Amino acid sequence: MTINNTKPITPELIAEHGINEEEYEKILELTGREPSFTELGIWSAMWNEHCSYKSSKKWLKTLPTEGSRVIEGPGENAGVVDIDDGDVVVFKMESHNHPSYIEPFQGAATGMGGILRDVFTMGARPIAAMNALRFGDPDHPKTKHLVSGVVAGIGGYGNSFGVPTVGGETNFHKRYNGNILVNAFAAGIAKADQIFTSRAEGVGLPVVYLGAKTGRDGVGGATMASAEFDENIEEKRPTVQVGDPFTEKCLLEACLELMASGAVIAIQDMGAAGLTCSAVEMGAKGNLGIELDLDKVPVREESMSAYEMMLSESQERMLMVLRPELEDQAKAIFVKWGLDFAIVGKTTDDLRFKISHQGEQVADLPIKELGDEAPEYDRPYMEPGIYSPLEPEQIDEPEDYNQALLKLMASPDICSKRWIYEQYDTMIQGNSLQRPGGDAGVVRVDTNGKKALAFSSDVTPRYVDADAYEGGKQAVAECYRNLTAVGAEPIAATDNLNFGNPEKPEIMGTFVKAIEGIGEACEALSMPIVSGNVSLYNETHGEAILPTPTIGGVGLIPDYEQTVGLSGAEKGDVLFLIGTHGTHLGQSIYMRECLGLEDGPPPEVKLDFERARGEFIRATIRNDNAKACHDLSDGGLAVAIAELCIKSGVGADLSLTRRNDNYAPHAALFGEDQARYILAIKESRANLFAANAEASGVSFEKLGYLGGDTLKIDDLISISVKELENAHEAWLPNYMANA
Amino acid sequence: MRTAIVQFPGLNRDRDMVDAITKIAGNAPELIWYTETEIAKEVDLVIIPGGFSYGDYLRAGAIAARAPIMDAIREKATQGAGVLGVCNGFQILTEAGLLPGALMRNAGLNFVCKMVELEVTNSDIRFTSQYNKGQVITCPVAHHDGNYFANETTLKTLEDQNRVIFRYANGTNPNGSINDIAGITNETGNVLGMMPHPENLIEEAHLNVDAKSFDGRALFESALGSITGTGAGA
Repeated sequence: MTINNTKPITPELIAEHGINEEEYEKILELTGREPSFTELGIWSAMWNEHCSYKSSKKWLKTLPTEGSRVIEGPGENAGVVDIDDGDVVVFKMESHNHPSYIEPFQGAATGMGGILRDVFTMGARPIAAMNALRFGDPDHPKTKHLVSGVVAGIGGYGNSFGVPTVGGETNFHKRYNGNILVNAFAAGIAKADQIFTSRAEGVGLPVVYLGAKTGRDGVGGATMASAEFDENIEEKRPTVQVGDPFTEKCLLEACLELMASGAVIAIQDMGAAGLTCSAVEMGAKGNLGIELDLDKVPVREESMSAYEMMLSESQERMLMVLRPELEDQAKAIFVKWGLDFAIVGKTTDDLRFKISHQGEQVADLPIKELGDEAPEYDRPYMEPGIYSPLEPEQIDEPEDYNQALLKLMASPDICSKRWIYEQYDTMIQGNSLQRPGGDAGVVRVDTNGKKALAFSSDVTPRYVDADAYEGGKQAVAECYRNLTAVGAEPIAATDNLNFGNPEKPEIMGTFVKAIEGIGEACEALSMPIVSGNVSLYNETHGEAILPTPTIGGVGLIPDYEQTVGLSGAEKGDVLFLIGTHGTHLGQSIYMRECLGLEDGPPPEVKLDFERARGEFIRATIRNDNAKACHDLSDGGLAVAIAELCIKSGVGADLSLTRRNDNYAPHAALFGEDQARYILAIKESRANLFAANAEASGVSFEKLGYLGGDTLKIDDLISISVKELENAHEAWLPNYMANA
Repeated sequence: MRTAIVQFPGLNRDRDMVDAITKIAGNAPELIWYTETEIAKEVDLVIIPGGFSYGDYLRAGAIAARAPIMDAIREKATQGAGVLGVCNGFQILTEAGLLPGALMRNAGLNFVCKMVELEVTNSDIRFTSQYNKGQVITCPVAHHDGNYFANETTLKTLEDQNRVIFRYANGTNPNGSINDIAGITNETGNVLGMMPHPENLIEEAHLNVDAKSFDGRALFESALGSITGTGAGA
């Protein structure tokens, strides 16, 4: 059967492809004639927001991306960072928001699949995963279904693939009701001299298709992810891909074997816009043309058109340029793993992207222009307004501090996420030193070594919504603190920027200011951005999500015996606060959960304090002076102490003594001022610790001693640790049980 | 003592198992690809590790149980060599008929990964000789289909013959297994199938808030018949 490629190009068809008039004019010019149907699909796939970053590129360029440890920054499948001894960590975070809302299980599963492929395409074996999830209001009728589907999807894929999930975050807010966020992070380890990229080299070399067969799933997925949602969203379900973690695991092993064999010149996974994007990327980066013969592409279904094959987002596929003399050896590896291996084309020197199908040339396009000439917009933006200051005396105190603390501990954003992370394999590979539930996940790099990496994913969307600049800074600062709190030196980060429609100046303004804040904090805290992903148009019926620039940070630990978590504190230890009493309640969880208000500016982030205190904390941990450490974030000091007491299984008798003139107990206990930590120190070392702190010039306060089974703070709080734990653990399982 | 680890596509705790054996035995086990049909006669311990062979498609372990290597494993078992199946390995052994019963979907329907407590109910077989009978140990679990079931006659036989080796203890049964069964052996005590993962709790680095001693190590020390380093409860 012959498949027709002569569908007429009408204005309606162009609009359906998300291409505007101006863009189409440029396409006509670059093609040199009216594009064929397949060519239109290819242009649209390359120029949609998801693939081209056309609205964000201008601003992404302002982020710091270099540093002494950075080997590959943004632009490759994942960032590559030196972790000494010839080892590198390869990592990235990527969103799969739109598909996960439409079909939560497969959407989240294939999000995992995509990010894992990004990492192992570069030659790294994945060693850790995290996920940052944002759901709608718990009372919204779809929320439970989405939580359950997304968590099962991530687990179903990651568990089967065999990567431990070591961290993540989960928030609930009504602004995500119609548009949840699923951001998946993966990191892998490789040797610095064995990194693979998509830069093709050499003319006339075979282009090989690897992995699973091509089907019709996901056709147009990237274009779907570049548009707002409306009531017809259910009709988009067929654009969501279906994941097969078994094939992905086989693909991982086969690719790593293949890379070790020396047969790979360049390799690129097929993610968004599948065959199109991967082929164009390999050719354009290597200054080569690519010719593909679609009759050679392994297909799952008969009678697929060239258009469908070029735009399919079937999962678990790779494209590579092969060293021809090793063809037999390479093929044998894929046969062993039961995967397809097909030579589907070759590299050329004419810089054209030529596709033939059933003897007919269905596309002949300039390969560099497909990527490089993608439109870049300097979208108009309006700087968002900011709130006027909100002082503690303007905010009500709780009637009962015990009830307030219990309420915070059981609130959806703060409560234990055990119900979620126990559905993920957190122990596979035998290197998980700290699992979810603490500040950062910690993973041993080599099963016979002492070196470890810490991972944390952070952003406080309500802060970004209230002040994008401070919120952007805070996302990086909190990530820095979480890594620091386990004793790790933060070395680099990936960003996953989730925003609404960039064509709206106020959304664009939030984006611009958030990037400015992120850039400034990354610079000040020496955390270059080495990879990332932008997800725009997260809107339904014109209402945007909370701006959510997720930061995934990586920290280095030379010797894992010099780490701490929340669980090491014991009776008799002294608890110290690093930083000063809380004074800031604007945008706090206390205000939202106890007073029903989302108001005021977020806390200010002082980056010099973050850095100085962070360095002091790391030194303390590495000198073996700390038994437990926790950063202060949502819920402030009282929540941090309660969490530490729960994890360590011990009470505390504490007092806030260094009060200043405007001391306000609710702000002191629940204020979310930044750059703060609590530390449990062995009593015999407490004086030494205090002297060190004094000498370092960091603010600190001795809060009291750990012991007993009750948490007491002045005459405000007195609750048994068991009761705190019950409140903390109960909310999520109860919520999910009443589905 | 020679140990072989069987690899099926989709298994993912094979590397964990290789690491545990290497650390405890002092040398690396050999790897056997599932298409092979023979296992060297010097091999006296065959391990099928955990994971998702063939993606658990059709039924966990069902496809692997029909692979070429299984006849060689069956022969090893008949000859009295040790055969250990952990997690997916246990599922494969039941699907292959080397152990009775079946592993169904967890009662809670979700995948579960956490620390559980296990009672060592029989310390007389080669896999548990370094434990004490009645000892309660900590062990990780990570599975979606660990809900052991057998009919009444089979259960009675298993219990009467003292063939339940590990039982979930102190209310930590994570999957609804009948009689809290976590691991069983065959009539001759040389084939052990268990859902928990002792290979992920064998050294200092594996200790954490939920696991205070590396209790999995003694299982391998028992099976390898060699005591290197400190044992359970250290």
